[in-house]
Amino acid sequence: MAEEIAYKLAEKQKEVSVAEFFERNRHLLGFDNKRKAILTVVKEAVDNSLDACEEAKILPEIKVEIIEMGEERFRAIVEDNGPGIVKEQIPKIFAKLLYGSKFHTLKQARGQQGIGISAAVLYAQLTTGRPTKITSKIASKNDANYYELHINTQKNSPEIVKDAVVQWKKEHGTKIEMDIEASYQKGVQSVDEYLKETAIVNPHATIIYTNPKAEQVIFARSTNELPKEPKEIKPHPYGVELGILIKMLKATENRTLQSFFVNDFSRMGPTTVKEVCEKAAIPPNTKPSEVNMQMAERLIKAIRETKIIAPPTDCISPIGKDLLLSGLKKEIPAEFYTATTRPPSVYRGMPFVIECCIAYGGNLDKESSVNVLRFANRVPLLYQAGACAITKSIIATSWRSYGLNQSSGALPVGPAVIVVHLASVWPPFTSEAKEAIAHYPEIIKEIKLALQECGRELARYVLKKRRVSDAMQKKSYIERYLNHVGGALKELLGLSEKEETRINDSLKEILERSRKIEEIETVEHDESEERLGILQHEEETEGEG
Amino acid sequence: MKEQSILSKIKETATKIYKEIMAKRKPQIKMPLRSLSNVNYDSKEGYFEMGDEFKERTLTVNTIKTFAQTLKMLSLSKTLVETDDIATKREAYYISKNWGDAKFVEQPGSDTVMDDIEAMFMVNREQMGFIPDEHGGSVSGELTVVDIDPSTNKEIKIDCTKMGTGSYSVPSRVEHLRFETNANFILAIETQGMYERLVKHSYWKNANCILISLNGVPSRACRRFIRKLSDEKKIPVYVFTDGDPYGWLNIYRTLKVGSGNAAHINKYFCVPSAKFLGITARDIVDYDLPSHPLKDIDIKRVVDGMKNDPFVKYHPEWQKELNMLVKMKKRAEQQALAAHGLNFVISDYLPKKLANPKSWLP
Repeated sequence: MAEEIAYKLAEKQKEVSVAEFFERNRHLLGFDNKRKAILTVVKEAVDNSLDACEEAKILPEIKVEIIEMGEERFRAIVEDNGPGIVKEQIPKIFAKLLYGSKFHTLKQARGQQGIGISAAVLYAQLTTGRPTKITSKIASKNDANYYELHINTQKNSPEIVKDAVVQWKKEHGTKIEMDIEASYQKGVQSVDEYLKETAIVNPHATIIYTNPKAEQVIFARSTNELPKEPKEIKPHPYGVELGILIKMLKATENRTLQSFFVNDFSRMGPTTVKEVCEKAAIPPNTKPSEVNMQMAERLIKAIRETKIIAPPTDCISPIGKDLLLSGLKKEIPAEFYTATTRPPSVYRGMPFVIECCIAYGGNLDKESSVNVLRFANRVPLLYQAGACAITKSIIATSWRSYGLNQSSGALPVGPAVIVVHLASVWPPFTSEAKEAIAHYPEIIKEIKLALQECGRELARYVLKKRRVSDAMQKKSYIERYLNHVGGALKELLGLSEKEETRINDSLKEILERSRKIEEIETVEHDESEERLGILQHEEETEGEG
Repeated sequence: MKEQSILSKIKETATKIYKEIMAKRKPQIKMPLRSLSNVNYDSKEGYFEMGDEFKERTLTVNTIKTFAQTLKMLSLSKTLVETDDIATKREAYYISKNWGDAKFVEQPGSDTVMDDIEAMFMVNREQMGFIPDEHGGSVSGELTVVDIDPSTNKEIKIDCTKMGTGSYSVPSRVEHLRFETNANFILAIETQGMYERLVKHSYWKNANCILISLNGVPSRACRRFIRKLSDEKKIPVYVFTDGDPYGWLNIYRTLKVGSGNAAHINKYFCVPSAKFLGITARDIVDYDLPSHPLKDIDIKRVVDGMKNDPFVKYHPEWQKELNMLVKMKKRAEQQALAAHGLNFVISDYLPKKLANPKSWLP
C-alpha cells in the first residue's frame, strides 16, 4: 500500500523552475502590491545601470520615465549611458532568473543574485502579457541591438519575441521598456522618493525623471568624481560555512589543501594554513578532492579556533564624508550638516563600512519623528524600516543628549534627517527583496558609533543655537517691557518725555551689560564659521585593513 | 494710614527706583516674604505677626515684566487714591489689558502683584483703592448697623432683625460702620446651609445672638467686621465649622489669628478672642456622627499644620485634636448633625456646647 502511494507521489514529483516559483511567490522579490511593483521595477533597472556605469568608469546619466498607459497600466522606461551589453548576453541577462555576474564574486555592488531585473521582466509578462523591450549599444560605430523578450517560466529560459538591429543616436548605453500593472503615488515609498534618495548617495550620477504627470525632475550630479572602484576579494575563512567549503573543495583547481587555502581565500598565508591543518589533524598536502565530510567539519572547527587577520577592506568603496555631505545638501535643505565615515569593520568574515550623516534645522518638521534614510551599497531601503538594524540602532541611541527629543523605544523627534549607509561586499539583508539589514551585533555596534560621532557634532550645534536664541529672546524680552518701566515711572513722578527716554536708555544699558548679549553673539558667529572651516578642510581619512 | 502718606510712600518708592536707574545701577524693590513660614504667633495679642524675612526683587532680564507690572500697578493705585475712586481686583486686572505687553494674562497674576505692593507698604489694599470681589459674609440677628447712604452721605440704620428670610451683607469696607446691639454672642458659621437653618428657625431670637455666615474662608472684610463688632460692643465670638482640617485650620485659624499671606495687616483683620465650638473629633464619637474618610489632602493639611503652623504649634489642644482625627481617619460636616433630626443642632447641640465652655477649643 505504502509502496503504491510512493509511486503515485513520484508521478507528481517534478522539478520546480525558479521562474515558476517566483510566479507564485512574487512578494519575495518586492512585488507584493501594485504600488510597490512600480518602485521595484524602476529600482532594479536603475541599480543595474549604476553598477554598469561605475564598472565602466562612466559618469552615470540615467533617464527614468513612467507613462500612464491605462487604468493601473504603466510603461517604465529606464535608459543609461553605460557600456552596453553584448548581443548574445542580452536575452539571458534580462530573461533568465539567477543569471548574473555578481553572485560569484565578493565585491561591493548594488546587485547580488542576478534575479532582480529578470524578475521585473517576468512581472511585466505576468501582469500585462507584453514582452520587455531592450535596446543596447556597445560602441559608437556599431548599430544597436533590439530585443523583445519573454521568459519561459517552466524552463527558466529566454523566449525571443523579436530580434532586430536598429539605429540609435546614443554612443553607448542600454534602454529597457516594460509594461506593467501598477499604481503610482507620490510620497514615502514612491519612485520619486527612491530616486531622490538615490541621488543623495550617488552624487556622481545625474538622474532625469519624468513622472506619469509628465513633470520632469532633474537630479544633477554634484561631483565628477567616480566612486573608488571596489576590488574583488576572495572569501575570508571566517565567513565560510561547511556547505560552501565542501563546494569550494570540489570546484578548486588547486592540487593540495595548502595551495587551495592560500589561493582561494583571503588572509590565508602558509603559516596560518599550517596552524589550521595541524589543529584539524589533516596534512597540508592532502588533495582537496580527498577531503571528506568529517575532515571538512574538522577544518571549519580549526578555522574558528585559529586567529586569522581581518579581510582586506579595499573591496569596499564608501561614499565618503564630503560627498555624502554634498549629496545631502543638494537634496535636503537644512541649516546644519555633519557626516562621518567609520573605519572598516568585519562581520562573519565580511568587511563593511558604516557612514552616517545628519541634516538639521531649516524647514525640516520640528514636531514629528526624524526622517531616517537607510542605504546599503548606495541603494535606498524604503520598506521594512522596523525590521532593519539601522532603525534599531537609531532607537537604541540616546538622542536627548544630542539635542533631539525622544521617548523610550521610539525614534527621536526633531527637525532632522538621519542618513545611514552600509557599504559591504555582502550586505546581510533579511530577505531577497533587500529591504532591511540583518541584526548582526558588529554592524549595530558600528552604526551606533557612527550615530554617536554625528550626534556629538549635532549636540554642539543645537546647544549653541539654543544659547543664541535664548539670548535673542531675552533681548527682545527686555525691549518689550523696557518702555513700560519708563512709562510707569513717568506717570508716577510726572516726568517729561525726555526724561522717560533717558530712563529707558539707561535701563537698557544696565540690562544688556549684565547679559553680555553682544559678546555671546560675536563669539557664536566666529565659532560657527570656524566649524564650517573644519568640515571643508578635513580630508576623508580611510583606513586600510 | 492717611491717603497722603500712601501717596508719599508710592512717590518715595518710584523716586528711589528712578535714581538707581539714572545711576546705572539695578533698582530693587524690597518686600516682606508673604508666607506661613514668615509669621510668628504673638500669643499675647493673639494673632500672626509678620516675620523679618524679606524678598528683594532686583530688576533683571527675568524680572523685568513683573517689575514693569508692579510699577504700573503703583501708578494705578496713585490715580485711584488721588481721585478717591476704587477698583475691584477684577477691574484692576481688566485695566491692565491696556498695558500692551505688560498686561496680565490671568487675574491671579494681578492679585499677586497687588498683594506684594500692600505688603511692601504694610497697608491694607483698600487703602490703596483696591477692593476685593469676594462676598463679605451674611449677617442676621440682634444687631443694627449704622452706615452712610452713599447718595446722600446721611446716616442710615440697618436693622438686622428685619431681614426676613434674607440677610444683611457685609460691605467690602467696614471702617466707617457703627453698631447698636444687646446680643450675648456672635456665632460665625462655616456654611450657608447651616446659617439658613438657624435663620429659618429664628435661633438668634431665642439665643439673643448675631449670626454670621462665613461661606468658607472668611474674607478680610468679614474678619474685620466681626473684630470691630466684637471689640466695640464687647461681645464674645464663637465659631462653628465642620469637623475637618479645612474647617479648623483654614477657616477657624484664619478668622482667629489671620493668614500668612496678609500677615502685615493681621493685627486688624483677625478675631483673637474667637472660640471654637464647632465639630470636634470628640463630637464625632460622642454624637456618633455620620462621617467621611479623610482625604489625602486633609492628611497633608494636618501634617503641614503640625510642622509649619505657629498657631497649631502653640496650642497642644489643637495638636491633640488633629492627631485624633488622623487616627480615626474620619471627618464630619456640621450638617451631619441632621442625622439626629433636622433641628437637633438647635435643640441639643448648640445649647449643650454653649453651656459647657470646657468643650470649646482655643
